[in-house]
Amino acid sequence: MKIGVVTFPGSLDDHDARRAVRIAGGEPVSLWHGDDSLRAVDAVVLPGGFSYGDYLRAGAIARFAPVMSALIPAANAGLPVLGICNGFQILCESHLLPGSMIQNDHRTFICRDQRLRVENATTAWTSDFEQGAEITIVLKNQDGQYVADKRTLDELEGEGRVAFRYVVEPAAASGASTHDRFAGRNPNGSYRDIAGVTNARGNVVGLMPHPEHAIEQGYGPSLDGLTFFSSVLKTMVNA
Amino acid sequence: MGTVVVDVMLKSEILDPQGQAVAGALPRLGFNQFTDVRQGKRFVLTVEGEVTDEVLAAAREAAETMLSNPVIEDVVGVRAESAAVESQTVDSQATESQG
Repeated sequence: MKIGVVTFPGSLDDHDARRAVRIAGGEPVSLWHGDDSLRAVDAVVLPGGFSYGDYLRAGAIARFAPVMSALIPAANAGLPVLGICNGFQILCESHLLPGSMIQNDHRTFICRDQRLRVENATTAWTSDFEQGAEITIVLKNQDGQYVADKRTLDELEGEGRVAFRYVVEPAAASGASTHDRFAGRNPNGSYRDIAGVTNARGNVVGLMPHPEHAIEQGYGPSLDGLTFFSSVLKTMVNA
Repeated sequence: MGTVVVDVMLKSEILDPQGQAVAGALPRLGFNQFTDVRQGKRFVLTVEGEVTDEVLAAAREAAETMLSNPVIEDVVGVRAESAAVESQTVDSQATESQG
């Protein structure tokens, strides 16, 4: 099972994504932004980073890279595609997923272990999770605030297309000795605590946090990220 | 040589973190009269020759497809600007920086 990982100028996590594919039992294939070929892969990961320096808007220039002219029709035809962080932004700019990400509401970069709830365990990338499972993976971003108009948000919720939500930790009691900066709120101001969404068919999934950094014992907060990749490998076997 | 100026703003219902940062800092300089700040983007597109209707139409299309994201932003202006005005602005800036 071949899973392609696209490298754009400014991609940072393409190497980790390929490593995650390999550890999960897949065969990683490097794809290049300037090629309009998907090299016959069975699924594609758009990795995190700062493609084209995030100039104009995050993902806005990558969306018009030659590789996207092959990827967009393939995704619309059912190819499993996972967009992580900047990859999620590229999927939104491509209109493969609704909404968009703007700067975190607190205007600072964040990097933390983040709890998420799996809201849809039927997509190509989440089918190995239990519905409602809570997982912990790394969140690191500057422009991570998910926004969309009310109609789109209602539609997403009505159709079960919110794939992941940030678990909002309860606000600390006054005088508590430990203080979570984001207690009582989600970590970037995302509307309705949305961390990731899926298209209607369930083959295209995007999320802000990074599953590819949570795949090996001793590195990252958990092994929860592996389940994304085992899910898609099973999906492809059953396809 | 002609230029087309495209102005893009975040939609009013979308929070503008950069504008808020600026709004928060202005009172420190004594500017207390501004109750809100919204920050936008300006693109200046240069063409050979005059800005024709075709050029303006192309600029509008570029504005809608790439320069803005309709999910979060509005194109609030696409207009031809006389080249003379642009070069004057550049000249006066150059003079100031030399001084």
